[in-house]
Amino acid sequence: MDTSNLKKVDIIFSKVDNPLQILDKALQKSPDDIINEIIDSGLKGRGGAGFPTGLKWKFTKNEDSDVKYVICNADEGEPGTFKDRQIIEEVPEKIFIGMALAAYCIGAKEAYMYLRGEYNFLKKDIIPKMEWFNNEIKNRGLDVTLYLRSGSGAYICGEESALFESMEGKRGEPRNKPPYPTKAGYNNKPTSINNVETLVFVTMIQHLGVEEFKKLGTKDSRGSKVFSISGDTPIPGIYELELGMKVSDFVREFGDGDTKAVQIGGASGFCVPRKNFENTIIGFEGIPTGGSVMLFNSSRSMYNILHNYLDFFVEESCAQCTPCRAGLQQLLKGIEAIKRREKPASYLNELIKLSQTMKVASKCGLGQSVANPFVSIVENFKEEIIF
Amino acid sequence: MQEQNELIKILVEKHGRTRNALMPILQDIVAEKQFLEPSDIALVAEELDLSAADVYGTATFYTFLDTVPRGKNVIRVCKTISCYMSGKDEIINALEKVLNIKVGDTTVDKQFTLLTANCMGWCHKGPVMLINDDVYHSLTPEAAIEIVQQYKEKSKN
Repeated sequence: MDTSNLKKVDIIFSKVDNPLQILDKALQKSPDDIINEIIDSGLKGRGGAGFPTGLKWKFTKNEDSDVKYVICNADEGEPGTFKDRQIIEEVPEKIFIGMALAAYCIGAKEAYMYLRGEYNFLKKDIIPKMEWFNNEIKNRGLDVTLYLRSGSGAYICGEESALFESMEGKRGEPRNKPPYPTKAGYNNKPTSINNVETLVFVTMIQHLGVEEFKKLGTKDSRGSKVFSISGDTPIPGIYELELGMKVSDFVREFGDGDTKAVQIGGASGFCVPRKNFENTIIGFEGIPTGGSVMLFNSSRSMYNILHNYLDFFVEESCAQCTPCRAGLQQLLKGIEAIKRREKPASYLNELIKLSQTMKVASKCGLGQSVANPFVSIVENFKEEIIF
Repeated sequence: MQEQNELIKILVEKHGRTRNALMPILQDIVAEKQFLEPSDIALVAEELDLSAADVYGTATFYTFLDTVPRGKNVIRVCKTISCYMSGKDEIINALEKVLNIKVGDTTVDKQFTLLTANCMGWCHKGPVMLINDDVYHSLTPEAAIEIVQQYKEKSKN
């Protein structure tokens, strides 16, 4: 008997006979029709931020510019996230179709995939497939070319404006916003930048129809999502699940019977302690995630986990803005000092205030989101941080 | 020097002389020789009409664009959360022992450099390491040693 409250879905990795037919069918529609379908579907970005995909395309389309760009963000770097790698390995043609449709809709001639350097080994398969696809779209009279660009081991380049800087041959330092990418992105031209999984969903919404997609999920979190599940679980791996599930149902399925906390959204996400499993939802109405869900059992020290996260951020901060650069170092030094009893336990309150200042004062999402793990771990596991 | 000039000339022809070509050019140099020498940076800067400081500033931002000498095989062991939980320390200890170097160092014969790196996207199959572009996951200390031995054998032939 299936006692699971989770609904497993197979959209992203499903094999489609002759996927190019999806492209052919879609190209019979006008760009506006496709954009309206994507808006109607309620699809939100699957990279974590959750911006409505159809609106992003609409804004980029409405910009008055001869040159526009499409970028597929394949700089998957959030700790605990590994689903894009598998999507690229297994169904690259579905990503390419999503990129080509994005270019068709917004009026771009160039579409780039920015692949993280850690995934360089995928290039030997991707490049020939991309060449094949470029030929296919040329044969269809579509004036779009796909290109592959690589990262070089910088987490921050997954942040869209840092990614543009990197593609422009500069240090991957995020820009001030606005202007947003839809107005001034790569080469300061209107750019639609979407996550790998989002582009596959666009393709599959064209294939299955909007209504089929809308049947899944909740009002705020339409559809399904590919999750990367790791940590203390007997069955780590990649699972596509309907959105809007309770953490308690998730833990029942994936936990090892001793789960004390679940980190949702990677190092920059939130830690949910056992007492909140029942009333926390994974999705845009609760805790959103780019896919990373990590389980911790009672053998784990939450101090060590927080320390590992802070180490990660200290190294990956681009260090251009002071709140993030100096704030991270002080948070790390601070918890170490409390552990060594050089600072009183009450110092934790100062550190929480510092992380909240970083949330307001940092330039980009990296510094702004450090308070998520910091506060949620410190407040729920205070005794482990102090003693 | 002659060879170096030619490599950079070829790469500049291939990728173009715009600033947008800088990353692909630097990446290809590193793929060829594992790190960027000051003379590489000066030459690329000259070809692209940029200041060498600007090119150096860009290169040093990126973990994979090394500007210090590296061995022929660069090993990067993931140290982020799930690899930490699944025992990356044992892997690093085993590699330090078999290579007789510490993290950050290069072997005397310049065959191996041992480094740690942040999350590589294999959290369900940790611990994991990259050797150059190739991934080795679900490691045990024995398996890691075995893999390094294979690279040693290869370099002898």
